[in-house]
Amino acid sequence: MQPLVEVRDLRYRYDDGTVALDGVDFQLFAGETVAVLGANGSGKTTFVLHLNGLLLGQGSVTVCGVPVQPATLAQVRQKVGLVFQDSDNQLFMPTVLEDVAFGPLNLGLDAEQARTRALDALGAVGMAHVSAKAPYHLSAGEKKRVAIAGILAMNPEILVLDEPTTFLDPPGQNALVELLDELPQAKILVTHDVDCARALASRAVFFEKGKIAGEGSVPEVVARFSWDRTSLHRQASSRL
Amino acid sequence: MHHVVLDRWSRGESALHRRDARAKTIVVLIFLIALATAQRAFLPLSLCYLGILAATIVAAGLPLGAALKRAAVVLPFTAVFVAISLAAGEPMRAAALVGKSYLSALAVLVLVSTTPLPELLRGLERMGVPRYLLMVAQFLYRYLFVISEEAQHMRAALQTKSGTLRRALWDRGKFAAAGGALGVLFARSYAHAEGIHQAMLARGFRGHFLTLSGRSFGRADVFFVAAALVIVAGARAAVEAWI
Repeated sequence: MQPLVEVRDLRYRYDDGTVALDGVDFQLFAGETVAVLGANGSGKTTFVLHLNGLLLGQGSVTVCGVPVQPATLAQVRQKVGLVFQDSDNQLFMPTVLEDVAFGPLNLGLDAEQARTRALDALGAVGMAHVSAKAPYHLSAGEKKRVAIAGILAMNPEILVLDEPTTFLDPPGQNALVELLDELPQAKILVTHDVDCARALASRAVFFEKGKIAGEGSVPEVVARFSWDRTSLHRQASSRL
Repeated sequence: MHHVVLDRWSRGESALHRRDARAKTIVVLIFLIALATAQRAFLPLSLCYLGILAATIVAAGLPLGAALKRAAVVLPFTAVFVAISLAAGEPMRAAALVGKSYLSALAVLVLVSTTPLPELLRGLERMGVPRYLLMVAQFLYRYLFVISEEAQHMRAALQTKSGTLRRALWDRGKFAAAGGALGVLFARSYAHAEGIHQAMLARGFRGHFLTLSGRSFGRADVFFVAAALVIVAGARAAVEAWI
């Protein structure tokens, strides 16, 4: 089976000389959800920014058989929907409906088709009732849902979510995990939230110093890199 | 925040709100030309134009008092030229400067209060205004929100550390810190703006703002421009003939 995303020997260095990616090999297959774990600054976000060409490093990135390069960016960005950590960055139009329609309009749909696409996407995330509101009037959970709708409206084959549960309260996190679980697209989930990764991901990769240091099931990777809050839980239990 | 209020006003449903952005822009240009070239009988003419603008504001369902107050924001910028005219012994010229500045600002305020900015920019683009210039305007508009949000966060942080904002600004030692905070504000706003730009690119932005509005320049817009031309030019001709 051909992977949806194939990354080979990806390397990237920032202008200040920091090596962010140092030879990453990665594959994502249809129907999969892969959690990307690792410390702050380990290269996770830099990695996902390469998947729709926001950064172009050395090595190769192929999405649905299309190599990511300047000439194919429009095509690639339709296939890979990137949901950013800070929803405020993603919501820049004056109303929710216009914001969600921003992607479809850029894809070349006419105003009526884009409006239908946007309303359908808002319905899919349970946010159709806020379509006329200004995005800055929404709660953090609502903003996140609208940001996801903005991506779904482009009908992507792959969803990349950077820290989707950040800024959300526990009920908001649960509701978001349920929503993501129902979406049929293959997903890449960059997260520190191990519970979220456990609930959604079939596989995990662990980033360390710009490389994938290990991969396996989420429990395996968490155990191998001691990547959960076991000591905190132990401390909390001892107080009871 | 000014831009939030204007943004809300521009989402109204009056007949003026429904006009094509190009029609409204043409009418404002006609008004500005008529105003800028007026020489004789300026006081009665400016009162007449103020009446026309006030009637337009009321017809568009906008709050008259608030709109009149907001347009006054340009007056401090004309103060230098007014002072020069007064010093040169030309009080009439100084009065005309104040009147023309204020009425011009009010006319532009009516335009931006009855036209959502994406529609206005789209209209200007169709009228041949360089796209690059319009992109700068669009980004400036979006980043105003970014900078004001960042400023509010930093203001809260400053108040937490200093007790009150006044104390932070008047205490000499803390004033330096406030100056540093301003630098941080711009650095943070820059980073935030970078994030927004990335999010726009990720959703297929190719330097061209598209809008959902299906408005086109129809017969009602032609009638609107013609009627506005008659009123604006007619008022000036009538006042000049009368005086």
